[in-house]
Amino acid sequence: MNLFLQQVINGLNVGSIYALIAIGYTMVYGIIKLINFAHGEIMMFGAYFAFIAATSFQMPVWAILLLVMTIMAIIGVAIEFVAYRPLRNAPRLSALITAIGVSLFLQNLALLIFKPEPKIMPKLFPEMTFSVGGIDISSTTLIIIGLSLVFMVLLDLYIRKTKQGRAMRAVSEDKDAAILMGVNVNRTISLTFALGSALGALGGILYSVAYIQIYPTMGVMPGLKAFIAAVLGGIGIVPGAMLGGFIIGMVETLTKAYLSTTWADAIVFGILIIVLLFKPTGILGKNTREKV
Amino acid sequence: MKKRVASVLLAAIFVASIFIFAGCSSSGSKSDVIKVGFIGPTTGDAAIYGTSARDGAMLAVAEINAAGGVNGKQLELIAYDSKGDQTEAINAYNRLRDQDGVVAVIGGTLSGETLAMKDIMVQDNMPVLSPTATAVDVTVDAPNIFRVCFLDSYQGAAAANFSADTLGAKTAALLIGTGNPYSEGVSAAYQTAFVAKGGTIVGSESYGTTDKDFSAQLTKIKEMNPEVIFVPDYVQTVGPILQKAKEMGITSTFIGADGWDGVQVDYAAAAQGNYFTNHYAADSPSATVQNFIKAYNTKYTKVPNSFSALGYDAAYVMAQAIKTAGSTESAAIITALAATDYSGVTGNLKFDANGDPKDKEVTIIKIDGGQLKFVTTVVNK
Amino acid sequence: MDKNKRRAYIINTIAIVTLYLAFFILIQTKTMNKYFIGIAILTCIMIIMAMSLNIVAGFLGEMALGHAGFMAIGAYSSASFSIALFNSGIILPDLVVLILAMIVGGMVAGIFGILIGTPTLRLRGDYLGIVTIGFSEIIRIFFINFQPTGGAAGLKGITKLVNFNNVYWITIVIAILIFTFGRSKHGRAIISIREDEIASESAGVPTTRYKVLAFSLAAFFAGLGGALYAHYIAFLEPSKFNFMFSIEMFVIVVLGGLGSLTGSIISAIVLTTLPEMLRGFAQYRLLVYSLVLIIMMIFRPQGIFGRTEFSLTGAIDLLILRKNTKKSVDGGKS
Repeated sequence: MNLFLQQVINGLNVGSIYALIAIGYTMVYGIIKLINFAHGEIMMFGAYFAFIAATSFQMPVWAILLLVMTIMAIIGVAIEFVAYRPLRNAPRLSALITAIGVSLFLQNLALLIFKPEPKIMPKLFPEMTFSVGGIDISSTTLIIIGLSLVFMVLLDLYIRKTKQGRAMRAVSEDKDAAILMGVNVNRTISLTFALGSALGALGGILYSVAYIQIYPTMGVMPGLKAFIAAVLGGIGIVPGAMLGGFIIGMVETLTKAYLSTTWADAIVFGILIIVLLFKPTGILGKNTREKV
Repeated sequence: MKKRVASVLLAAIFVASIFIFAGCSSSGSKSDVIKVGFIGPTTGDAAIYGTSARDGAMLAVAEINAAGGVNGKQLELIAYDSKGDQTEAINAYNRLRDQDGVVAVIGGTLSGETLAMKDIMVQDNMPVLSPTATAVDVTVDAPNIFRVCFLDSYQGAAAANFSADTLGAKTAALLIGTGNPYSEGVSAAYQTAFVAKGGTIVGSESYGTTDKDFSAQLTKIKEMNPEVIFVPDYVQTVGPILQKAKEMGITSTFIGADGWDGVQVDYAAAAQGNYFTNHYAADSPSATVQNFIKAYNTKYTKVPNSFSALGYDAAYVMAQAIKTAGSTESAAIITALAATDYSGVTGNLKFDANGDPKDKEVTIIKIDGGQLKFVTTVVNK
Repeated sequence: MDKNKRRAYIINTIAIVTLYLAFFILIQTKTMNKYFIGIAILTCIMIIMAMSLNIVAGFLGEMALGHAGFMAIGAYSSASFSIALFNSGIILPDLVVLILAMIVGGMVAGIFGILIGTPTLRLRGDYLGIVTIGFSEIIRIFFINFQPTGGAAGLKGITKLVNFNNVYWITIVIAILIFTFGRSKHGRAIISIREDEIASESAGVPTTRYKVLAFSLAAFFAGLGGALYAHYIAFLEPSKFNFMFSIEMFVIVVLGGLGSLTGSIISAIVLTTLPEMLRGFAQYRLLVYSLVLIIMMIFRPQGIFGRTEFSLTGAIDLLILRKNTKKSVDGGKS
């Protein structure tokens, strides 16, 4: 039983990071219906910047988080402006290819600047281990889960309670109607990219704290997993991304622990496929009949 | 009309560019340099292995040239990226042979890419020396292919003998990277040899090549409580595993293979007190080893790993073979390679009938206080 | 057969044979060395892969991001077949073995196309995209763990049967088959689903059946491409058929123009040779490649040819005879 609970904690740890990254995917998708493949790379650059801030400038943790999230928010907006905005009225698949191009570009840029050798993220958080009834929980795990939850709740409140949040929901619901209602669509989309990228950067920092390494292709796998999480929960729906992230993390860890480590990824994909076959719009997705 | 002119112009530029690219790349057959190719992944997931081996070989070539080159000519190392992909590797090899006119190839770095290129290399009778491809089949039925590193099975057995004989371990657990032939091969050899010594394998856990989260596997291994845990993988994977194991309070001794070289740099605390098998000892009194480490550090400002050491030796062995052959004829270089007797950073190198290193010493290293300490050497007969 | 059609056939046949003869002379005179031949063979294989993917992505208009999985199935099954055939001691001419192996690879991949397509094609757009990624990854993980085909270490001992001569003609045949299919009753039914699914359903097109047909046909041709790949490289590793490889093929199709087979061909040629041309740039290579991708998409989002087909007769009319006759498959709308 203790072993099981221990594995559940492990799963929550992974899941909370997936959830953070998945939110970025889902927000962007919700508003411009684009799978932002470059999101994994935003996460990677976030981790690199945090590394530089922590090692070269010896900044305190809160300053690192604040600074890196701001920088990545700006970069996210810039990417949207340069690469995605010109394609807003183009076929959706073209925008997807551009996103893939941006992702490849950022990856190879990182390879050029930072070299392939992984950088080791210093311990940003105080190291302690708590033993509760035979289960060991490290302080890093607690902080990761805690920080993710706090930011997710803040985002949810922001989207539901503020004026800008309402604008975001309006644009994702019906862009043309939103324009008629006086919503500044361009600004709202930029804001979405800023928020999504900032959370992606936070995910990257937490990911690199948990798995200590930072390298140019680090964003690919968690990016793909987070994307699956977003689809599983119902893409475009923020609480869905959170739920999806936790489910994927939990399934992955428990499969590794009790079924098979080599088939873990296959089982994650299998569950996704089965869920989508029975509920084609994801767990929290609304089933809408195609309009004629 | 304008549009038509533009499109014809564009087409012309495209066709011209193809010819320029075909023309300019075949224009380099100067006779005062000897060209040697290098193939390995320098971008993508496996970039670190290819760049390390390439840097090692580059360093050796620079040293050889500074000392007057080979047969009065300078060596030129032309390195192409394989991305760790089979088709890319084959394209790179074909280009080295046809466009650059290399006389010999150092590579491939990974087993998979080398196996993909093997057939063509054998057909061309190209002298090939792989620094790091450890899969058994690389040199089988290929009289022109040699390698510097020892085989997976060889060092796996050495690690098992060391765990059983020197450490006196009776129980061991394996942590294997599936999808990584290197990790699978070494683990299989370890298991066989450890059981043959009367030990018990209490459990065997695995992870995928892209996995970064090892907590599930380590939680299970912790419950088994083995005396030693064998984790043959590269630093990039082993480091986080050791770190996590330390966080989780696992006290068993970890044993690794040559992929661990360099673990002392970033993971000193986590790797403290563990052992691994290697090609050389960094604290060896040998001048070759010390010079290599110093020169590498000066040129690249980083600590070499086993890939760099093997790349370095490979370049020296190849240069020596070209020198002995006295010409750049493939057959002569291959004969000279087969007769290699070279003492380099990674020990004494002679080839057996297959082109594999013969009776190479396996050095056991202990990580102690951020330093690699020589423990003993094992030779499997 | 009307006059225009006959003229088109003659011109295209002449072009195909001339191109072949040009290659033949270049190879015979050693102007084209093995390096270029190797690239030419890989380009042919990528042309087949891109055209087959275009059946789903272009004709049907669905996002299929798991093409590498079908290629893997075709490659592995055809290779296992040819290895078994050689081991059984039956001696057949190389070309016959290759064609048999291709048929096996294509059929197995096609059957998996039906098995996977039937349940998943109810999904649409991005959801279908992610599910196809999922299946392709499951296939890859299966081959990593499946020891009879060598597992992660790869499948060795495949006989090399592909050379430029046979791959060129096989590519031509497959191109003709896919072109003909695209213009057949079934092909047009599939295009009608892309244009308006509900309308075509009300017009009596059995949409589900045609979707599965398109999907499994794409899988079949991908299996053929995989078989050629296996018998050219002569060594298979599961890691080759990863997610990025599927994306690479998808990029080729979108860049060429969704629904334009000639676009796929041109773009397969450009995108396979481009990284080779850039090889001298070492670490800047992929940076340039990705920039080209972004810039091309921004300035020509509908791809090189959009939905129109490049027509040789049309080009001749336009450039040499200065006639202005617009010809295309579906009205030249882009």
